[in-house]
Amino acid sequence: MYPNEYRYTKEHEWIKVSGDTGTIGITDYAQHELGDVVFVELPEIGAKLKAGDVFGTIESVKAVSEIYAPVSGEVTEANTGLTSAPETVNSDPHVAAWLVKIKLANPAEVSGLMDAAAYQAFVSEKEASA
Amino acid sequence: MTSPTTTQLRKTALNAEHRRLKAKMVNFGGWDMPVEYSGIVSEHMATRTAAGLFDVSHMGEIEVFGEEALALVQHVTCNDASKLAIGQAHYSGLMNAQGTFVDDLLVHKISDRHYFLCVNAGNQDQDFEHIRANNHTSAQIENAGGRYSQLAIQGPKALGILQGLTDVPLDSIPYYHFTFGDVDGVDCLIARTGYTGEDGFEIYFVPEHTEKLWTSLMEAGSVEGMIPCGLGARNTLRLEASMCLYGHEIDDTTTPWDAGLGWICKPNKGEFLGREALVRQKEKGVDRALVGFEMQDRMIARDACAVWAGGRQIGRVTSGSPAPFLKKNIGMAYVPVEFKAHGTEIAVEIRGNRFPARIVPMPFYKRTK
Repeated sequence: MYPNEYRYTKEHEWIKVSGDTGTIGITDYAQHELGDVVFVELPEIGAKLKAGDVFGTIESVKAVSEIYAPVSGEVTEANTGLTSAPETVNSDPHVAAWLVKIKLANPAEVSGLMDAAAYQAFVSEKEASA
Repeated sequence: MTSPTTTQLRKTALNAEHRRLKAKMVNFGGWDMPVEYSGIVSEHMATRTAAGLFDVSHMGEIEVFGEEALALVQHVTCNDASKLAIGQAHYSGLMNAQGTFVDDLLVHKISDRHYFLCVNAGNQDQDFEHIRANNHTSAQIENAGGRYSQLAIQGPKALGILQGLTDVPLDSIPYYHFTFGDVDGVDCLIARTGYTGEDGFEIYFVPEHTEKLWTSLMEAGSVEGMIPCGLGARNTLRLEASMCLYGHEIDDTTTPWDAGLGWICKPNKGEFLGREALVRQKEKGVDRALVGFEMQDRMIARDACAVWAGGRQIGRVTSGSPAPFLKKNIGMAYVPVEFKAHGTEIAVEIRGNRFPARIVPMPFYKRTK
């Protein structure tokens, strides 16, 4: 379910690292919690993010959810296709609904994130106590 | 303040069924209720184009009995219940002495000596206590919520689906009328009412039959495209239909004149709680109005967002949301009367920035037949 090559945060973002580029999105757990996504607000190209900063919002019919930068870096691309097809976040949260790509400021930060197994365990515990 | 754990929440007779259907559950007014099953958008669209089935058993029921039943109903509500025929219902307000809302409700006339009130889930006990405290008649009242389950079947196909389970000729029940009849072997009060802006029915019956009726309705309806619908879709549907929600558009600080509900407020019927305050307000002039607005771009107004015009904050959004059928972002807000004209440009403050909106006529959505 959760790709092994990604890393994950407690706020349910994922990051896929390739060299010093990171692709960021939200997880399947997050999209399921949100419900039908109707609006995605993304940062400008060039925005400089620190790990833990709010860098956008994803809105469902009922809720507004802030998205947090898993690591620090500069935004190089934003998935503007989500403007016209926000529901992609629900249907393909791990691939087609990537949110931004960043140039990592400090690649060492990635090692502080959960791997797929740890994230799966984290999510399973949440579901069990719901 | 800690919230009740799930075990402390009140449950309808369908709680296990909602969980079996993997509904997302929420604490709604102290009840463990389904917000959505397949998704708010699909549930909303199913109700507008086929049918939706809603468990609304959390709603409250209060029964008024006796020779003076009408007198009591007239005293505590703003609409004129003396105009109801047997088998007819109307929308009304439960009022306090200030002329503001204790709750909104449906009043059904079962007989000259028996009125059946359907009230909001979260207000049931306060409503009952309010009526009891203001009962200076010989009428008897009963807080009957525990004796009824309620299901709503709403949408253009609702009548056909329900007709398959009853010999009662549903087409002969006019809108906002009701009858008693057998549905799938269960005695029901069958009312042609609803909170979605679609045609449909709300049925009331004893709780032990709830799972059976739900299952029969789903079996009859799913081939027609009916799906179970939760409180999320219930809210987006009523918002598109510009129907008020207690705690949002109406509460104990708002009068029927403020809320555009003059059509349910009848000072000419005679004395009732709040009548004097309402007559005074009408004479002085009503200084605010509930308006509907559409956002001008993709931003979504939410409840409690500030509304701006003329360079200052003029009000707050009472209900704001995407409208799945209309494919717009809409909302309602109270504004000073000078701003209420259709076409007035306003701005809604969302996360610190202001975004354009325009006041539009209500209802936002009206069904086509």
